[in-house]
Amino acid sequence: MAKVLMKGNEAIAEAAINAGCLYYFGYPITPQTEISEYMAKRMPKVGGLCLQAESEIAAINMVLGASSGGTRAMTSSSSPGISLKSEGVSYLVGSDLPAVIVNVQRGGPGLGGIQPSQADYYQATKAYGHGDMHLIVLAPSTVQEMASLTGEAFDLADIYRTPVILLADGAIGQMMEPVDFSARTPRELPEKDWATRGHGGSRKHNIINSLYMNPEDLERTVEERYVRYRKIEAEEVKYDTFMTDDADIVCVAFGITARICHTAVTMARAKGIKAGLIRPITLWPFPNDAINTLADTAKAFLSVELSMGQMVTDVKLACGCRRPVDFYGRTGGVIPNPADVAKKLEAMASELGLRS
Amino acid sequence: MSIVFDKPHALTDNLMHYCPGCTHGIVHRLVAEAIDELGVEDRTVGIAPVGCAVFAYNYFACDMIEAAHGRAPAVATGMKRTHPELVVFTYQGDGDLAAIGTAETVHSATRGENITIIFINNCIYGMTGGQMAPTTLPGQITTTTPYGRNPKIQGNPVRVCELLSTLDGVAYAARVSVDTPANVRTAKKAILKGFKNQIDGKGFSIIEVLSTCPTNWGLSPVEALSWLRENMIPYYPLGVYKDIDSGEAEKEAK
Amino acid sequence: MAKTTNILIAGFGGQGVLFAGKALAKMAMHNGLHVTWLPSYGPEMRGGAANCSVIISDDEIGSPLVPEPDILIALNIPSFDKFEPHVKSGGMIFVDSAMVDKKSARADVEAHYIPASRLASEEGLAGLANVIVLGHLLRVTGLFDYDAFLADLVSGIPASRSALVEGNTKALRIGFEY
Repeated sequence: MAKVLMKGNEAIAEAAINAGCLYYFGYPITPQTEISEYMAKRMPKVGGLCLQAESEIAAINMVLGASSGGTRAMTSSSSPGISLKSEGVSYLVGSDLPAVIVNVQRGGPGLGGIQPSQADYYQATKAYGHGDMHLIVLAPSTVQEMASLTGEAFDLADIYRTPVILLADGAIGQMMEPVDFSARTPRELPEKDWATRGHGGSRKHNIINSLYMNPEDLERTVEERYVRYRKIEAEEVKYDTFMTDDADIVCVAFGITARICHTAVTMARAKGIKAGLIRPITLWPFPNDAINTLADTAKAFLSVELSMGQMVTDVKLACGCRRPVDFYGRTGGVIPNPADVAKKLEAMASELGLRS
Repeated sequence: MSIVFDKPHALTDNLMHYCPGCTHGIVHRLVAEAIDELGVEDRTVGIAPVGCAVFAYNYFACDMIEAAHGRAPAVATGMKRTHPELVVFTYQGDGDLAAIGTAETVHSATRGENITIIFINNCIYGMTGGQMAPTTLPGQITTTTPYGRNPKIQGNPVRVCELLSTLDGVAYAARVSVDTPANVRTAKKAILKGFKNQIDGKGFSIIEVLSTCPTNWGLSPVEALSWLRENMIPYYPLGVYKDIDSGEAEKEAK
Repeated sequence: MAKTTNILIAGFGGQGVLFAGKALAKMAMHNGLHVTWLPSYGPEMRGGAANCSVIISDDEIGSPLVPEPDILIALNIPSFDKFEPHVKSGGMIFVDSAMVDKKSARADVEAHYIPASRLASEEGLAGLANVIVLGHLLRVTGLFDYDAFLADLVSGIPASRSALVEGNTKALRIGFEY
């Protein structure tokens, strides 16, 4: 299939439709409104439905209703709207329902700003809802990945019966790049025999529920879910590396920031600094083993983020605090230039006595 | 020996948890009878609320979903839009439908979602132990209005059928009561109509059922029925607030 | 070493800044090159500042930001003032001189002036000053083949709007021949 030039947001929408998601429930918010607009235009042409809900809360619950019937459905928003969805997300988890939720992040807290941000890292990876829970968190860094990871998100959601969050940012959402929609092979999926779509007189009634009055019953369902989480951690970690083989300083970055680091690493290498980059594609599960292995040879890590350093702790834990983990980032919607990151790498190299 | 009275098929054998004298059980039965009579149990999906009816998923024999507090109409929207062939109903209390879920109620109604809503109005929060509901009457004592609901402080009650009947998407809005056998029969007809409307693709139907809560009202079951008649019906008059069929009938008559 | 061209196009919203960038990006993609197009975004309003960064490269592109453009297209005064100092030494600036009554004082960049918006209104090509500048840029830089670019530019226009094809063709030609 020929490549098309597309915005990241549009690529998500088209990829969702390609993945068989014919139902989209959304509410406009910058910088992800193109998803709603694209869906509104395309869905009627493919026999699907784009419904603008009265709120983010309603939208996520419409997804819950659709998913209860075993149907692929999606919602998307940006940071403030994502907070509103957190109740529904916890119910999706508690009810073991697949769903895909897109967060094209903007600055916060509060109404914050509308420029790109990665400051919802904690929310996405640690506590998107109340209760013992995780979500699979995918972080695309190209428009191509906005498409391919959207397809992957639907498959993962169905396989593990869990919501999957696509954690993008305003820059990747707004930027255009060539994208090829035929680049992904769908995975084998389990049957949805748990769905509530009428018992048809042929089975006992199905119940989609997250309520357990008996503590032992609730404990058991949570533990069962954590067995699934362990499997996800063992089998679904995704990451990418760039020039890490001989790297003294390894940048850790995802999304738009990984691209900035990619350029910064090249700039630092030109100055004789052995820099490298590891880019987590799954933020949960986090690539702990890969980072731990890099700690055998690397002398230090640099977490680069559009936040105040929310990923730093994860990098420290991943390398068992065996190496110093430094931080460089901008927040509020400010995007650092590669030269800023390269300068930080130079300073680190001096401190570590690595300058030749 | 012939069986002259039996449990509807659309109810399970599970024992209900409702308090003595609570009218939830009657309404569950009426809903199940309607499902039985229409022969749609195999393709019905019910959505339970948060509140006293939270365990409704254990009592109805059709497929069931337990929604978050107030969100049942949004869940129903997602279910019905993706599976139009199903019969989708929600069963919600006054706190669920008229306080925390007001936006979902109003917007599913105005969109004309082809669903059926059974709304239990008993003027109080039952499950949490007797706090003020959006429908608590002026002067009514609850644990959070210990001096009686004062509209100047706690605001006024919501009349749901009157409110929703102004919206274009609503096909049918009726307020019924289950305090007497005659009223139970009227309630049954209204619930049946609400389900039929959906099967005929007519749009949003809501049946508001005035119900008792003897436990939290601090009354005996019999006293509670009198209290409903003397206090609730004057504030929440029974009747059909909107019926697009009668509108059509009038037009045809002209 | 990879050949990479960093382009920054800036002006008011409504001047076709984003469209001009997209036209370059699309052509680059059709030529099999790597490309990124990154817009400024904000409240949807006409007359506000708008810019977009386009990177064209024969290798994978990391950062899509263009803090120091090889080529700057400035369609209004605020854009010229803001970005002209950041153009790479040895780079180029294209200025709509009907909108910007200033000259670059820099000796290390090559500045080209074309009164694109005046030419556009004289020729009845309202809203196509951006395409006139692109035509001029094609001739000066040789970035893309003229005929291929024209074909690509008008390829997306539906047949029902043939006047647009005509307008774009004329605008590109005016700029190219200026």
